Amino acid sequence: MIPSEFEYHKATSIQDAIAQLGAHEDSKLLAGGHSLLPMMKLRFAEPPHLIDINGIEELRGIRLEGDTICIGAMTTENELIESEILQQHCPLLVEAARLVADPQVRNRGTIGGDVAHGDPGNDHPAVMLALDATLVLHGPDGERQQSANGFFLGTYWNDLQEQEILVELRVPVIKKGVGHGYSKLKRKTGDYAVAGSPVVIELDGDVCRDIRIALTNVAPMAIRAEAAENILRGKVIDDALIEQAAAEVLAVCDPAEDLRGDVLYKSHMGAEMARRSIRAALQQARG
Amino acid sequence: MEQTAEVQDREDSLKGVGCSRKRKEDARFVQGTGRYTDDFKFPGMLFADMVRSPYAHARIKSINKEKALALPGVHAVLTADDLKPLNLHWMPTLAGDVQAVLADEKVHFQYQEVAVVIADDRYIAADAIELVEVEYEELEVLVDAHRAMDSDAPVLREDLVGKMDGAHSKRVHDNHIFNWQAGDKEATDRVFEQAEVTVKQDMYYPRVHPCPMETCGCVASFDKINEHLTVHITSQAPHVVRTVVSMLSGIPESKIRIISPDIGGGFGNKVGIYPGYVVSIVASIVLGVPVKWVEDRMENISTTAFARDYHMTGEIAADKEGRIKALRVNVLADHGAFDACADPSKFPAGLMHICTGSYDVPVAHLNVDGVYTNKAPGGVAYRCSFRVTEAVYVIERTMDVLAQKLGIDKAELRRRNFVKVEQFPYKTCLGWELDSGDYHTALEKVLNAVDYDALRKEQQEKRAQGELMGIGLCTFTEIVGAGPSRNCDILGVGMFDSAEIRVHPTGSVMARMGTITQGQGHQTTYAQIIASELGISSDEISIEEGDTDTAPYGLGTYGSRSTPVGGAATAVAARKIRAKAQKIAAHLLEVSENDLEWEVDRFKVKGVPGQEKTMKEVAWAAYNNVPEGMEPGLEAVDYYDPPNFTYPFGIYLCVLDIDKRTGETTVRRFYALDDCGTRINPMIIEGQIHGGLTEGFAVAMGQEMPFDEQGNLLGNTLMDYFVPTFVETPHWETDYTVTPSPHHPLGAKGVAESPHVGSIPCFTSAIVDAFAHLDVTHMDMPHSAWRVWQKVHELGLDTPA
Repeated sequence: MIPSEFEYHKATSIQDAIAQLGAHEDSKLLAGGHSLLPMMKLRFAEPPHLIDINGIEELRGIRLEGDTICIGAMTTENELIESEILQQHCPLLVEAARLVADPQVRNRGTIGGDVAHGDPGNDHPAVMLALDATLVLHGPDGERQQSANGFFLGTYWNDLQEQEILVELRVPVIKKGVGHGYSKLKRKTGDYAVAGSPVVIELDGDVCRDIRIALTNVAPMAIRAEAAENILRGKVIDDALIEQAAAEVLAVCDPAEDLRGDVLYKSHMGAEMARRSIRAALQQARG
Repeated sequence: MEQTAEVQDREDSLKGVGCSRKRKEDARFVQGTGRYTDDFKFPGMLFADMVRSPYAHARIKSINKEKALALPGVHAVLTADDLKPLNLHWMPTLAGDVQAVLADEKVHFQYQEVAVVIADDRYIAADAIELVEVEYEELEVLVDAHRAMDSDAPVLREDLVGKMDGAHSKRVHDNHIFNWQAGDKEATDRVFEQAEVTVKQDMYYPRVHPCPMETCGCVASFDKINEHLTVHITSQAPHVVRTVVSMLSGIPESKIRIISPDIGGGFGNKVGIYPGYVVSIVASIVLGVPVKWVEDRMENISTTAFARDYHMTGEIAADKEGRIKALRVNVLADHGAFDACADPSKFPAGLMHICTGSYDVPVAHLNVDGVYTNKAPGGVAYRCSFRVTEAVYVIERTMDVLAQKLGIDKAELRRRNFVKVEQFPYKTCLGWELDSGDYHTALEKVLNAVDYDALRKEQQEKRAQGELMGIGLCTFTEIVGAGPSRNCDILGVGMFDSAEIRVHPTGSVMARMGTITQGQGHQTTYAQIIASELGISSDEISIEEGDTDTAPYGLGTYGSRSTPVGGAATAVAARKIRAKAQKIAAHLLEVSENDLEWEVDRFKVKGVPGQEKTMKEVAWAAYNNVPEGMEPGLEAVDYYDPPNFTYPFGIYLCVLDIDKRTGETTVRRFYALDDCGTRINPMIIEGQIHGGLTEGFAVAMGQEMPFDEQGNLLGNTLMDYFVPTFVETPHWETDYTVTPSPHHPLGAKGVAESPHVGSIPCFTSAIVDAFAHLDVTHMDMPHSAWRVWQKVHELGLDTPA
């Protein structure tokens, strides 16, 4: 329960953090620390250098720019929950943040850390997929923007390049005719999801113009259930179609067995969470 | 009337027995000024940390300490070879076996202690254990207790090969620890052969861990000049620790001081003597400085004191009306690598023979075989009296199965079989004497409170709609307060307990007991007992426990024994003081002591109003004006050897709904009626019941220590091991009846463990009941959503509507 020795560095700006990442081999960024520090205490992770980005003010805060909400990567879960901008324009994020871990973790844990860490059990990657978010990344060569779709490549593996820092997450304002649902099954407070599913539906009258069904912790990384989406897109969604979509969700699940469940249970729970979220999103979109 | 009100006021002001007095302990706990073992820091103190085995069964080929010893700040690295010259590489267990202090040539379970590092601080120690190089040769692992006695099973305990005389019986296999039986096998078998109806149910009670908030730890401080050893330790039995440490070290008990400071929960986890304690003491003696060892959470769950792990088969023979004719229970007990069960010496399966429950069972037979496996040693009473949780589980489950087979409602089946109120004291066919009870009254009270018939009707409707609603019932009898020394001892020391009470000249009181509070609130409740006996306000009574230099010898606090044994000693010691006080009062009032009567807080001369002496006046006189020939002072000691156990009972009912799509359970209602005889502090009882029900909920719904085939423990963090928070915990409804114990000085029985013992089978009963109409008779714990869903899925109930 005591980490091996490491050097602690405090970054003063994004540029400074990028420079320090370059200067110290095998260094890790310290955000909220609630995933990294437990791994270090168990000595599963032994980074020789930690670069603390908690003091960088420009990484915090939520602002509205036209139809886009810009969220600083170091915004904590509790700040998401308390944000009036999110409550009004993107309640899905508020709902998801409320179900992350427990109050202590939500005081420290950050949205950027959650997205960048790469644990398939983290909640925000799937939420970012469902929201079709854009990630803003800074590196030695400047800024680049990357869609959340395609960012998550595997367990503890994503498109973040050497010396790159996730700086901001941009999500669209949810408009009229758009509904969302979020369902998460967990064993107890503080646990990761057995399965979770955020869903966003855009309706055109009764017809589903677009839908994004994302899944948490039922695959090596957060995924979209595209085959299920294809069943519903362009259709008037009814119970029978939802069941067909749920069957596709079941088929796309590829979870690792652990004490939360075996492959069969977790896959079925992935489908059930999606089913519930589709229903909730549909109801909301219909107003 | 006025006189009565005045007397009542005086009685109320004592805050004695029956008063919901606020806990005296809490002021320091809520303000962060409690002192726990890890809070003790001494000059020059070093830290111990363990090198533990990654394998469940392996031969140690070599241990290389060089790199660890080279790390600055490391003082020593000890292995079994270093302890061998002191003959401390193995130590005796409470169960008559021996246990490796540090692995001697072989490791027998994952996380077993292989070497200990002593360093300047815990950070250096943590780095150093990584530098100790141990070379292992893996051996075949035995995890499944059912395979333990197969002819081709790997032999675990090479130190016992050929020694077929075990501590409790002949051993029939190298992996066999004991066979233990109670009751009449032949007579029982005969009844079964001729019975109108028989039922048989296999069930597994999983290996769980008490998981108190504070883990185990100690600080050993050996004073080389005075040859005096002081150990601050998280122990539920400090006096027993002193005796064991003396036996192991050869230091006289008079030069050993064991201090159990504030304890953050025990639940059985802090009864045993663990390798960490032994090596800390050895290191302190050798190095001459204090040495601290404190477990981390994973070490706690993995190594110190599991509970349960019983594979049980319950069988009942009955007539067609459901009247029990005989009970047969078979147990395969998985004790892990060393038999370190914390039970009274004579009972290798604890008090499992209380398994006849609350029922009038004519004849019974219990058979228990204990076996070794490659798992950690332990077998403690996790918030229960020794193995009573297992006993209650097997009888209550089997009763439900019988009710199901006969189509008799499970409440009615119990009504037909309860020991009747006029049968008490009731001698069970397995040798216990149930002291008092009124089961029928309690059952009816609960059924009326929840409107049982309406619940059953609702369940019918729910079932017709395809929904899963379960009603659980548990009507249990506990056996607590170990115990009469004729059948209970620990290492030969009878299981009495003690109290020493001193009344000071100004009438305040200091009292010390051989027990030790770990959350039970002894500082509050023992004072209430003395207050009522001596007529002195409990606010003026200080209670101290846990320091063996000052407290009288006692066996400690576990198995709900504090009130039945320590509380009885307290009452009897107080009565000795009052008897002496009466003589002094008679002397002061110049009357015969027979002319005096006691009223709340004073002695009054019968029939002469105004002629009276309060206890405070008597206390003053005890130090300056005693009758001729009487020694001054006002104090007494009592070592109480109880004539019998106490037998609290309860009726629990649970209503729950199951989500067929996820397997999640919602406990809609849980109604717990407890009868613990005389109630000393109803508020504390209420708190104990809430805590016990919550722990019972945890065990039933989620706790387990799962192993893979290689003996790897898969869930030893609080991420996996289920400790419910406020969010998961159901709402508890409590109720009570009062049936005093006829033999306890106050009529009181133990209570804190009843809610744990009683709720667990109640939850299982409710879960199974949700599926009972589909011919399901039993489902093993834990009833996690995943496991419940597996049953739902197997029955095809989760197909979309």
